[in-house]
Amino acid sequence: MAEGELKLLGLWGSQFVNRVRMILEQKGLSYEYFEENFVNKSELLLKHNPVHKKVPVLIHGDRAICESLVILQYIDENWSGTGPPVLPANPYDRAIARFWAAYVDDKLLPLLIDTLKAETEEAKAEIIAGVHAVLEMLEGAFKKCSAGKSFFGGDSIGYLDVTLGSYLAWIRAEERISGAKLLDETKIPSLTEWGNRFLAADCVKKVLPSVERVEALARMLIAKEKSSRLAN
Amino acid sequence: MAEKEVKLFGNWASTFTRRVEWALKLKGIEYEFVNEDIPYNKSEELLRLNPVTKKIPVLVHNGKPLAESLVILEYIDDTWTEGYSIMPKDPYDRAQARFWAKFADDKCISAMSGVSTSLGEAQQKMLQEAREAFQTLEQALGSKQYFGGDQIGYLDLAIGLFAFWMPILEEIVNVSVVDDENAPLLKEWFARILDVDMIKTSLPHRDKMYELSKQRREQFFSGQISRLN
Repeated sequence: MAEGELKLLGLWGSQFVNRVRMILEQKGLSYEYFEENFVNKSELLLKHNPVHKKVPVLIHGDRAICESLVILQYIDENWSGTGPPVLPANPYDRAIARFWAAYVDDKLLPLLIDTLKAETEEAKAEIIAGVHAVLEMLEGAFKKCSAGKSFFGGDSIGYLDVTLGSYLAWIRAEERISGAKLLDETKIPSLTEWGNRFLAADCVKKVLPSVERVEALARMLIAKEKSSRLAN
Repeated sequence: MAEKEVKLFGNWASTFTRRVEWALKLKGIEYEFVNEDIPYNKSEELLRLNPVTKKIPVLVHNGKPLAESLVILEYIDDTWTEGYSIMPKDPYDRAQARFWAKFADDKCISAMSGVSTSLGEAQQKMLQEAREAFQTLEQALGSKQYFGGDQIGYLDLAIGLFAFWMPILEEIVNVSVVDDENAPLLKEWFARILDVDMIKTSLPHRDKMYELSKQRREQFFSGQISRLN
C-alpha cells in the first residue's frame, strides 16, 4: 500500500468530487481539501491535472489521480484493508458495477446539463422523460445488484451507490426548479427507497450539499446560460 | 459438441471488439465469435443480451453477459488469473492505465471521427484537436517499449488497433495526425505493436478495412448515415 498524505482538489457542487469524498469519508481516510475556483484554476490543479484541468484530483504523496471513477477504484485498491470495500469482490459483480457506473455518467450528466439550458416547455418535458427512462433502467439494475440488500454494493455503500447517489442533490434541485417529480416512488419504488437510505448514511450526510444550496447554484447557472445566449 | 463457455458478440472492424479478442487470445481462452452486422442489423440475441446499450462487444461467460469493452478487459484479467497479466499490479499504475484508456476513447477516437466527418475550416479545427490528443496520449508511453512497459498490457490492448486504422484513415481523409513531427514515439509504437505475434495474426483485412472506412465516410457525406460508428 502506497503511503503519503492525501489532498483532494474539488468543487463543492460537483457530483464527481462528492462521490470521492463520500468514499474517503466511509473509509475513514483523512485528507486536506482544496476548494477550487470554477473560473480561476489553481496552480495545484493545473500542475496535477494538466490533461483535463478538472476536479476531482486526488493527490497521494507526490502522485496525482484524476477522473472520479478512476479515483474510486484507486482508493478501493490502495486501501483494500481499510473500511468497507468500494467495489464488489466477485469479478462479474465488479464488472456489472463498472458497467452501470459508466452508464450513469453517460446518460445522466448530459441530461442534467441540458436542464440548465432548456428554454421551452417542450424541451424540458423531453429531458424529464429522459431522466425518467434512465432511472427506470436503474431501478432494474438496483434490484439485480442489491439482491435484496440495502445498497447497490450490498450491505454498505459502494462504487455504484456513490456514482448515482452523488447526482441526488442535483436531481432534487431540478425537481424544485421544474416542479416535475423525478424520483417518483410509483415508477421507481426500490430506487426511491434506496435514495432515502443513501441520503441518511453518515458518509453521505457529511458530504452532499443541501438541496437549497444546489438549487441556488443551478438557478445561477441557468441565468448565466440564458444571459450568455442573449449576448450572442 | 459442447457450447464454448465463452462467446463474444462483436464486429470484425471494431476497435472495441478487437481489444477484447486480443485479451482472450493473450489468456489462451477459447471463444466463439459472432460477427454482428452493425449498426442497423443487430441480432435478436445481441439485443436480448445487452438491452441497455444494445452495443457490441458483449462477452458471454457461462451464460452471463457483459458489455463495455474496457470493463470486459478487466473482467477477463480478474477471472482468468493464471494466464498473462493484463492489468498492472500497482494501484497507481492501474489508475494511470484506466485514465489513459478513457482519454483515448473520449478524445482520440472522437477527434478522428470529427476529422473524417468534417470539411474545410471545421476539419482543420478537428485536425488540430486530433493532433493534440495524440500528442498528449504519447505522454503515457514516454520512452517505454509498450504502454505496459516491456510487455504489452491493458492500454496496448485498448488502443492497439489505432496503429492499424489510423494510417488507413489518414490516407483516406488525406491528413497527418500521428507523424514524426507530432508524435514520433507513438508512431514507433504503432510499428512495434503491429509486430507483436499475437496481434500480427489477429488483425482485420487491410483492404476490407480501407473499403469499409471509405464507404462509411461516403455514406456519411451523402446523408445515408448520421455517424461513423
